[in-house]
Amino acid sequence: MSSAKDNILGSIRAALREVPAEEQPEDIEVPRDYRKQGEGGVIDIVERFAERVGEYKATVNRIHEEELKDTIAESCRGEGVEALAVPDGFPGEWLPDDLTLLQDKKDAPLSHRELDRSDGVITTCALGIAQTGTLVLDAGAGQGRRVLTLLPDYHLCIIWESQIVELVSEGFRYFEASVEQEGPPLTFISGPSATSDIELSRVEGVHGPRRLEVLIVSR
Amino acid sequence: MQISLFITCFNDTLFPETGKAMVQLLERLGHQVDFPLEQTCCGQMHYNTGYQEETIPLVRRFVEVFGEAEAVVAPSASCVGMVREFYSKVAERAGDPELANAVEEVIPRVFELSEFLVKELGIEDVGAYYPHRVTYHPTCHSLRVLHVGDAPLILLRNVRGIDLVELPAAEQCCGFGGTFAVKNADTSMAMLGDKIRHIKGTGAEVCAAADNSCLMHIGGALKRQRSGVEPVHLAEILASTEETE
Amino acid sequence: MPEHNTGADWINVDFISVTMKNKKKTPTFEETAKAYLSNTQLRRNIGHATHTIREKRETVVGEMPDWEILREAGSQLKKRVMRHLDDYLLQLEASVQEAGGKVHWAGDAEEANRIIADLVKEQQAEEVVKVKSITTDEIGLNQALAGEGIRALETDLAELIVQLAEDEPSHILVPAIHKNRSEIRELFRKKLNQQELSDRPEDLAEAARLYLRKKFLNAKVGISGANFAVADTGTVAVVESEGNGRMCTTLPETLITVMGIEKIIPRWRDFEVFMQLLPRSSTAERMNPYNSFWTGVTEGDGPREFHLVLLDNGRTNVLADEVGRQTLNCIRCSACLNVCPVYERTGGHAYNSVYPGPIGAILTPQLRGLDDEGAASLPYASTLCGACYEVCPVKINIPEVLVHLRGKIVDRKKREGGLKTKTDPEHVGMRWMGRAFTKRSRYERAQKIARLGQKIFVRDGTISNLPGELSGWTAMRDLKPIPKQTFREWWGDRDE
Repeated sequence: MSSAKDNILGSIRAALREVPAEEQPEDIEVPRDYRKQGEGGVIDIVERFAERVGEYKATVNRIHEEELKDTIAESCRGEGVEALAVPDGFPGEWLPDDLTLLQDKKDAPLSHRELDRSDGVITTCALGIAQTGTLVLDAGAGQGRRVLTLLPDYHLCIIWESQIVELVSEGFRYFEASVEQEGPPLTFISGPSATSDIELSRVEGVHGPRRLEVLIVSR
Repeated sequence: MQISLFITCFNDTLFPETGKAMVQLLERLGHQVDFPLEQTCCGQMHYNTGYQEETIPLVRRFVEVFGEAEAVVAPSASCVGMVREFYSKVAERAGDPELANAVEEVIPRVFELSEFLVKELGIEDVGAYYPHRVTYHPTCHSLRVLHVGDAPLILLRNVRGIDLVELPAAEQCCGFGGTFAVKNADTSMAMLGDKIRHIKGTGAEVCAAADNSCLMHIGGALKRQRSGVEPVHLAEILASTEETE
Repeated sequence: MPEHNTGADWINVDFISVTMKNKKKTPTFEETAKAYLSNTQLRRNIGHATHTIREKRETVVGEMPDWEILREAGSQLKKRVMRHLDDYLLQLEASVQEAGGKVHWAGDAEEANRIIADLVKEQQAEEVVKVKSITTDEIGLNQALAGEGIRALETDLAELIVQLAEDEPSHILVPAIHKNRSEIRELFRKKLNQQELSDRPEDLAEAARLYLRKKFLNAKVGISGANFAVADTGTVAVVESEGNGRMCTTLPETLITVMGIEKIIPRWRDFEVFMQLLPRSSTAERMNPYNSFWTGVTEGDGPREFHLVLLDNGRTNVLADEVGRQTLNCIRCSACLNVCPVYERTGGHAYNSVYPGPIGAILTPQLRGLDDEGAASLPYASTLCGACYEVCPVKINIPEVLVHLRGKIVDRKKREGGLKTKTDPEHVGMRWMGRAFTKRSRYERAQKIARLGQKIFVRDGTISNLPGELSGWTAMRDLKPIPKQTFREWWGDRDE
């Protein structure tokens, strides 16, 4: 055991002498009566999600499942994508036929250089949060490793309407069990990469994907 | 109601007109006013500057003087703020549970003038007459310690003859801050400079507030610049009538 | 020192030696503020920036009907953590280890820097990429690594600007808030060799993107701070906008995260409180672009090694002060800076600390100790206007702590005594008035003495020139003389 650890713990215990020995952390009451459950209907929630993602200057499209393949092909053409990175587990039937597909496989992962040279990446996601216009990726099937949605300059993300919750609280609670059990890396994405470091004027796109497009899909 | 004036040492010594206005106003509204002569200072300046030991006898004094009062009213949001925010801490520092009790007892009966009128007595129109162009500076302690909200503005809006103009960036501190104005005189002046610019921009003849301390600071610069704008305490406006004007 | 002296690898040796030598002698706030107050460009840059973000914050907070409950929840959760910090730290250590991470404990800056330098050397890396972290600024990590021949490259746009300019951060969220676009263009032209560069923020950001992309791809080691760490699961969070945080925490094979011991939250679920409070208070957005949450190491995804360095560096001293303890609740949102009328005018550098503004005015003196004259001047750098407390998402009563620290400073002065204290005009005045106020007769006599004494200063019914300590007042303000009759004298006459 390191002495720094002993010293720090010792100082903390000395600093907290006035805290009664029998006090449990839960004795400090935390009010939890903030909003935890959304009240909006499904239509409202999807509407709000679309609106708020759009406010971050991401491109938002609402489509039906049957239009998926065509829309993806169209979006990629529109963005000038020729080499598209595709995560493990992404449904092959949605992918355009006329592109170079860079498949990321567990046993044959794409290198950072390959991803850097690609024109874009397509993924699904784990959840959407309407209140803040946030996409959550948990590295599951169709989403891939974190780096996939980081190095390419264009991210096309597909979300089912049914995946959208209303509130931030609902979002965090959704992942509670999986974080406590397996602890997958989670990435919350709200719009494209941005900075306000220069005179606080917002610029979209610094290091992450500069263009984010979201397809909200109904069944 | 029997109202005990907590005039504050600052107003007693430097701004007697404000105290007189308080008396006129409260008596006009039909109350009995009394002024316990044993009162001196609430201890705010000492406490805020760090001389907290020196505050203990002053807190004792305050509860002795005002302990039995029905209502204690002061023309100073910051002194009332001192009582409400810090008196129990002083009692704690003194290690005196009896003093702590006395403080807890008296606090709910101590008010700043505008909150007393609007929130406690439910009066919004005091029947004043003041035919001048006035802008109102909400002092920090009235806003953020006492949370008087728009009580002073409600009272002012109902003054006859008044031309009340909104002060831009009103909620920004004027830069007084007690000893801050001397210790950090340069920063204080930078803040004051902006406040003065806003006041002058309104074209008001009078700048009103609930604290003479801030008004002394603001007024000091208005005077130095020969701006022609007069600092006037809220109580003096509310005390004015057709007869006095 | 690295050989190729281009761009970011400039090391300001002078600065290091000066800070080391003068460790106990940082200048006071009032000394430093003077120069910044007369810097027109700086006043304009900071005034513009703080007002912009202040208004945005008000809008996004205004759309939250449960904001006050969230604030209370955040405050109570932090209180819970602080009162049981030892248990939570042990819990965090165990959960990080279980998830495949390594935990290190550092009592002070030197220990932390040593640990980190050794870890970097183990990877045989000569360059590391860093996510913006004030904690690493606090411990002077970059300079320490430079001393070991390791270049630490800042990747947050603002931190890069500060690093290239060999400057110091002046704001918690936007460290280069004191610089405007044309100043930044000049800097990039010189240091990044970008001659054809406009001053559009888009182009400046693009220049940084190109410069740093190569660095990210080659980095073996990333260093980050942490916004939060969950004791229960070992999950660490980095909240950011640009994507450089994701780069640093995902691309390198080794990730080292430095966090102050107060950054713990009990459970994953508690993010539902803090991740609502932080973005709206900080960048004034509903949610900032990127939040990364990782739990130890994940096979095939991100770094293979994860090290968490737990830093004390004075925090346990803060914890020991029952009033000051709430300072540790801080989640570094910087809302208090943006509303502070003092900060707005002096900027961050006047505070002589990596923690500027109201939160810095209470945190710095507690971390450094009150025997540092500069640090001890900070609690006085406030009018106690209360704007900071009003916006604080975790309800730190900053004015209360400021006044509490002033009390400690004066108590200390009294204990030490000495001629300096005894002849200090403020001290003498406070003692004299304190005595006068304790008795009615003394008080009334003092009023009369003051009225007589002022006579030599009164000209044409006003006081325009005062000597000594009080000259600060009359430099810009007239002073109203004490009138002929006090209120109590009038009252006495009236009664008769």
